[in-house]
Amino acid sequence: MATAVTERAYQGRVHEQSRRLMAAWMGELGRAEVEGVPTGALMISGNCVELLRACHVLPMFPEVTALQNAIRHKSLPLILKAEQAGYSSDNCAYVKADIGLFLDGGMGPGTPIPFPTITVCNYVGCNVYVKWFEHLADISGSKLFMLDVPFARTPEPSGADVQYVVAQLRELIALCESVTGRKFDIDELREILAHAARAEEGYARCKHLTKHHPAPFDAYFDSINMMGPINVLRGTPGAAEFFDDAVVEFEGLVAQGVGPLSQERFRTVIEGPPPYPYYKNFRNLFTKWGAVAVQSTYSTVGGIWEWGFRHDPKRPLESIAEQMLRENLTNRSIVDRYQQIRRYVEEWQADALVIHSIKSCRLFSAGQGDMRDYFTRELGVSTLLVESDLEDPRYYAEAQIKNRIDAFFEALEHKKLVAKAAAAH
Amino acid sequence: MAIDTIVTECRDLVARPLGAVADAWKLAHPGGRAVASYPVWAPAEIIHAAGMLPLALLGGGTSVELTHADARFQSFVCSIAKSTLELGFQGLVAGVDGFVFSNICDVARNLGSIYKRNFPEAFVEYLHLPQNSTSSAVAAYTASELRRLAAAIEDQFGLAVTETALAKSIETYNGLRARLRALYAFRIAEPEKLSTTELYLVLRAAALAPPEETIVRLDALLAALPARGGRRQDRMRVVLEGLFCEQPPLGLLEVLEEAGCYVVEDDLLLGWRWFVDDVPGDGDPFARLGAAYVDRAVPSSTRHEGRQHRADGLVEKVRRAGADAVIFAPAKFCEPALFDYVLMKQGLERAGIPHMLVEFEEKMWTFERTRNEIETFVESMLFE
Repeated sequence: MATAVTERAYQGRVHEQSRRLMAAWMGELGRAEVEGVPTGALMISGNCVELLRACHVLPMFPEVTALQNAIRHKSLPLILKAEQAGYSSDNCAYVKADIGLFLDGGMGPGTPIPFPTITVCNYVGCNVYVKWFEHLADISGSKLFMLDVPFARTPEPSGADVQYVVAQLRELIALCESVTGRKFDIDELREILAHAARAEEGYARCKHLTKHHPAPFDAYFDSINMMGPINVLRGTPGAAEFFDDAVVEFEGLVAQGVGPLSQERFRTVIEGPPPYPYYKNFRNLFTKWGAVAVQSTYSTVGGIWEWGFRHDPKRPLESIAEQMLRENLTNRSIVDRYQQIRRYVEEWQADALVIHSIKSCRLFSAGQGDMRDYFTRELGVSTLLVESDLEDPRYYAEAQIKNRIDAFFEALEHKKLVAKAAAAH
Repeated sequence: MAIDTIVTECRDLVARPLGAVADAWKLAHPGGRAVASYPVWAPAEIIHAAGMLPLALLGGGTSVELTHADARFQSFVCSIAKSTLELGFQGLVAGVDGFVFSNICDVARNLGSIYKRNFPEAFVEYLHLPQNSTSSAVAAYTASELRRLAAAIEDQFGLAVTETALAKSIETYNGLRARLRALYAFRIAEPEKLSTTELYLVLRAAALAPPEETIVRLDALLAALPARGGRRQDRMRVVLEGLFCEQPPLGLLEVLEEAGCYVVEDDLLLGWRWFVDDVPGDGDPFARLGAAYVDRAVPSSTRHEGRQHRADGLVEKVRRAGADAVIFAPAKFCEPALFDYVLMKQGLERAGIPHMLVEFEEKMWTFERTRNEIETFVESMLFE
């Protein structure tokens, strides 16, 4: 193998600012109960966080809590607590970690994670969301609002789809008004949507910058720093400024020809969520090979911004509905996702596709063997499929995963050498 | 017709591959088309109103070995999804012209699009059935979704789905469902005269034949059952819950009864008896069917009901059927059933209703462990 590849030591302003912004939001959540601020639980995928902000309901995201517990190696005891209460080993571990947190006394009155005042299930593709929020509403006693978003099953959302979602958004506004005692102001929503659109533009620009060689950041492992601000804090001036700064920082790296690793030897697209309990370990397995993710599907669960969609303050509710219906990964079919990945492979000039298949999330993973078949047999794209989980450390078998990754990149390296030799002749 | 003859007929029909069932019907109806729906519910009325044969797409059970689908779906995916895909790869649904999937779970949704990709010659339609039961807009949305399906059928097959035909089909299926409700009521009253295995075979055959034909069969069965002999035994009356999608092997149902249970209620093939009573009224039949989906659906793990706690429907079912206990029998890896198990068992415990859990897979072939578990449960109840 060539010279050892190392990671860039300095994580940059993006990393620091993301931590600061997310910590501030968590602080607000921790104080919400004492300060009497109404909170609303939401899911990440295709969410309507702007609407809650306009209604003065502080958004909270059980998925973020679950992933934070996983990345801090705290998820397993919580999962076991939930399994003792009757949850199956085959149920989504995100849900079990969340319910386990409650059973363990880490959620609810007097804790840093308050019970939500309202539980807004933005049912955007994932059926487990419906179950999760039924259970969350059950334990917290909060009002459950089921925001049913028709799945993308036609090339564009129909008028009936948009009307149905907009009608529900109006009903959600009425619920929020009853909870906060404040009248909803559509102009305030327009202003929030303008901030959101600015953040979306910045995130999209960042993602397009990874088309450069080398890519200025890893679009899978480093995107987590941007996913918090874009999915949780969207609609705030702070998130918009964060992305303005991120663009400047990444453009600077592009100008310097600097990427996240000392060498960019392979460009990959990664499909599927990361194994949060072993985030760094998993990353290291790719770093060793100089493999940088130039695009990822996980970074689009909340929204696909790189194809140009922006929230439109002139059509506030309609544009929120359209984003929920179509402009995010989870409300599109897995076969639509093949086309999304295909564009990534082609336009971002990737050498390979890596599929990280996780047991917890069948929305992502069920059928990824078919995806591999499509990319390898029909498109001739080198594809690796490895399995573990995003939350449950019991499913992460490092030695097995390492063997597969090493074998894959060895083969890919050989393929590159053969191709280079053939081109030279 | 004798009850045993009817059950044997149903058993024979159920044993045939779905494609062969479709082919046989099409042979008798030249130019006819058959469309099969994946569990749980799809508007068979619309398929029927187009003059086609509505069928149930229920996987391969024990009849098909997985040679292709295992490479497409991972080990942690339920069996019915894999065997349903395998049916396509092995040409065992070749006589079926179309397939309807809906948003019952994440696996079913992905399966629908993977079906469409792998079998592009087939008509594959995906329905988004509403999960918001209380919105002022939900009934209109549901009607629009049903109209969309009708339009897709018209486009694909050049067949018309007129409002008149749909109204007639609703009436026909109302008649079918009323008879199935009568059979279920009969089993609650006299479980010694109608075993669950028999009822299941009759029900499953209903999902493989034209409704008019099934109605004749059900009338004969309902007429013959009261006079059937049968001595009530000292068994525990149970509700069977969690089998709404993947089909249990017959051996599992037989073992439940042999181990000392009368199954007096269940959620087997729930979509074919989806409404608590008739789809009512006059006027736009799409609107009526859509409104019935929202307001008259039976409790189901695949539908969120905002007006009722998840456990309430099951507790009501137990009380209505005079059951002593609940046996949860979710299919392995079935997330809707496994999630609901927690809230439902908590509800049963609040209501003082005993319960037990046994998981199954469609390919399960040995039942001794299950028999032992159920016998122990029954004994603990009967002799406590």
